[in-house]
Amino acid sequence: MKITVKKGLDIKMKGVSDKVMAEANLSKFFAIKPSDFPNLTPKLLVKEGDKVKCGSPVFCDKYNDVVTFVSPASGVVDKVVRGEKRRILAITILSDGKFTQLNSKVKDFSKLDRSELKSDLLKSGLWPLLRMRPIDIIARPEDNPKSIFISSFDTNPLSPDYDFIMHNKSAEFSAGLEILSLLTDGVVNLQIRKSSDEVFSKAKNVQTNFVKGPHPAGNVGVQMHKIDPINKGEVVWYINPQDVMILGRYSLTGAYDANKVISIGGENIDSPKYVKTISGSSIESILDDSIIKDNSRIISGNPLTGQKVEKDSFLGFYHHQLSILPEGDDYKFFLSEGWLSLGFNRFSASKSYPTWLLPKSKTYQFDTNLNGEERSFVVSGQYEKVFPFDIYPVQLIKSIITNDIEKMEYLGIYEVSPEDFALCEFVCTSKINVQSIVREGLDLVYKECM
Amino acid sequence: MKFLRKIFDNAHATLNKKESTKKFFPLVDAIDTLVFTPNHVTNKGAHIRDAIDLKRTMMLVIIALIPCLLFGIYNTGYQHYRVLGGLDDATWLDMVGVGSLVVLPMVVVSYGAGLLVEFVFAIINGHTVHEGFLVSGMLIPLCMPADVPLWMVAVATIFAVVIGKEVFGGTGMNILNVALTARAFLFFAHPTKMSGNEVWVTGYGDAKLANMLPDGASGATALGDLASFMQDTPALENTQAFQAKYSFMDSFMGLIPGSIGETSALMCLIGAALLLWTGIASWRVIFSFFIGGFVMATILNLVGGNGYFDLPAIHQLMIGGFMFGMVFMATDPVTAAHTNAGKFVYGFLGGFLGILIRMVNPAYPEGIMLAILIANVFAPLIDHVVIQTNINKRLKRLKTA
Repeated sequence: MKITVKKGLDIKMKGVSDKVMAEANLSKFFAIKPSDFPNLTPKLLVKEGDKVKCGSPVFCDKYNDVVTFVSPASGVVDKVVRGEKRRILAITILSDGKFTQLNSKVKDFSKLDRSELKSDLLKSGLWPLLRMRPIDIIARPEDNPKSIFISSFDTNPLSPDYDFIMHNKSAEFSAGLEILSLLTDGVVNLQIRKSSDEVFSKAKNVQTNFVKGPHPAGNVGVQMHKIDPINKGEVVWYINPQDVMILGRYSLTGAYDANKVISIGGENIDSPKYVKTISGSSIESILDDSIIKDNSRIISGNPLTGQKVEKDSFLGFYHHQLSILPEGDDYKFFLSEGWLSLGFNRFSASKSYPTWLLPKSKTYQFDTNLNGEERSFVVSGQYEKVFPFDIYPVQLIKSIITNDIEKMEYLGIYEVSPEDFALCEFVCTSKINVQSIVREGLDLVYKECM
Repeated sequence: MKFLRKIFDNAHATLNKKESTKKFFPLVDAIDTLVFTPNHVTNKGAHIRDAIDLKRTMMLVIIALIPCLLFGIYNTGYQHYRVLGGLDDATWLDMVGVGSLVVLPMVVVSYGAGLLVEFVFAIINGHTVHEGFLVSGMLIPLCMPADVPLWMVAVATIFAVVIGKEVFGGTGMNILNVALTARAFLFFAHPTKMSGNEVWVTGYGDAKLANMLPDGASGATALGDLASFMQDTPALENTQAFQAKYSFMDSFMGLIPGSIGETSALMCLIGAALLLWTGIASWRVIFSFFIGGFVMATILNLVGGNGYFDLPAIHQLMIGGFMFGMVFMATDPVTAAHTNAGKFVYGFLGGFLGILIRMVNPAYPEGIMLAILIANVFAPLIDHVVIQTNINKRLKRLKTA
């Protein structure tokens, strides 16, 4: 299938990672953060001081205890970090540097039936790599998804280039795809671009679809909407291509090997590049040999949907990049650089700044300033320009604000996730925090209707 | 800059010292955020944000209104000399002088009264002052007749901001266009000061009282003259007489009597060009509004039968408040339809009804104000239908899947 995404916006940021692969320092501490998984209530399976190996369960879903979350490293459970109301924020593990595997028996998955395969993946701790739409949470083992989606490219600003990362990784990737194809009666949809690497364009056991267009063309939500839209009651799973490789390595070696390559980019880092690291590594270990300017914000993930983290925190479970941006906590005089400036160096999707008259290749400096103040909805038609769904975004958001579940269902909440609204949030004149509103709506629908 | 910054920081600090003065923070905040884009950083969701904000959006509309304002000032003086005599001796400086004395006080009163209400509500509700009134404050004087008393401008503004906007929750929540609410309030509460033949030319009423009017002087607007044709026959002669008095060029340029900012189609088009170029106004609304008005005017033109209906449709659209309403009132994003498809229907409805009310209803010489208000009321219904179509499409997909 060929699809073209017409609406959208490519945000041209300075600080795109150079195609240089570096090895990150081996992290001393690793962490698994329950907060990386929306809607999850964790139940601890270890205590501080317990010995763990790669693949040892650390905690599980309190309401579905077959879904386990495992340690990416071998060592000792160092700390259970708790926040308000004793909520578990992170479980940190002091690595012994040996990465001893709990399990390294190679299995022949094609001989297992589906339920055996599922329980094996659940036990191995790989299950949380699979996520589902609607609701955008970890896939539920009891579901039978109508299809599985993989987007081979990321169109977010400063995003990693999977063609570069996964070049020559066909063996691991196709082993992962084989497992995926056993999990659904439908097809595994792999979305690629014309220029995609062979690892994707020659992949087997998948239906490849060509996608053209600006961000959010790389978001699975958009691809699902165009290829196989989700109706009420249907479930589709999706997974990141690098996570497919983790599945593949498990299939080939039987080991829980959470190695991945992430991009580090942004204006406030001296050498934006790609680094090899391990899921759950500390930010410090990844950024160790880079020079970061003062007053920077470190984001685990991309600048549109990522999580603000401190240097002593850890890489998010689903994140494949770090973005380092200048904090915008300064005042801007209205005529020189503020709201009434000519603004040749300010990026805007609206035509009220000259962005649209300047060459398309120009890159812009961004900081984390809100560039205004929060207001009620005033301007209309703005979200629709960057929202390539046949859904009315503002009306859906209003139905969420008013907790009108029936309206949410009618207006298509089952097809969206917060990341699909990231561009709406970016362009919003009224600076409304749309993504968190959508998350609340999804949580409510999940609680009441699923 | 640092010096200015210090002043604001000190002002904030002074207010924050005492519990009793804390609630007055909108006073300082409103000016502070005008001068400096605040240092707020993103704390949820997207870490980077577009450079656009509501202040810039509103300011661009005000800039788009400046041609109308300047021309309105000139034309107010021009009409004064034209009707009361002395047009040949008056320089353009005289005209601007007379016009400024009439228009600028109205602008000041409108902003003063409106912002006062905004500040009071901001302090009561404990939020910052929102930008919505920046545009309304300019639109209100521009849609008033020249001789309306200042106190009426103040009362109408306060009514419109309180009843038209704040009771619904402030900027972004209103159902009716605020500036038109102010105008409609005066139109119905003080009809003698808002219509008739004596309010459009500044000084006309006084001159009439003092019996100083030159022979044959009339303070009627073009629409007032046109409305009088409804009864008169034969039709053709009157239309020609009208076109001789108010040529197409004069109507287009705006050298005709009328509300202060509305007379010049050219200035409205300059404003429209800026609004469309910067993407602030919806081209869908402007386009369909014009088509709506043109269709209705053409229909009545074909019906014919009197001097009014016989006026060519395009000339009909150049007089009165049609262009001004189309560019600046109908495009208000809050009160217009919100869906793209709905905007076409909404605009068409406004233009179509506007000309219908203007030409067929004998009570009101101009219908654009009422038509836009009606379209405002219908906008949510239009959106509802559009959204329901989308919902039905999704339900149908569910059934066939």
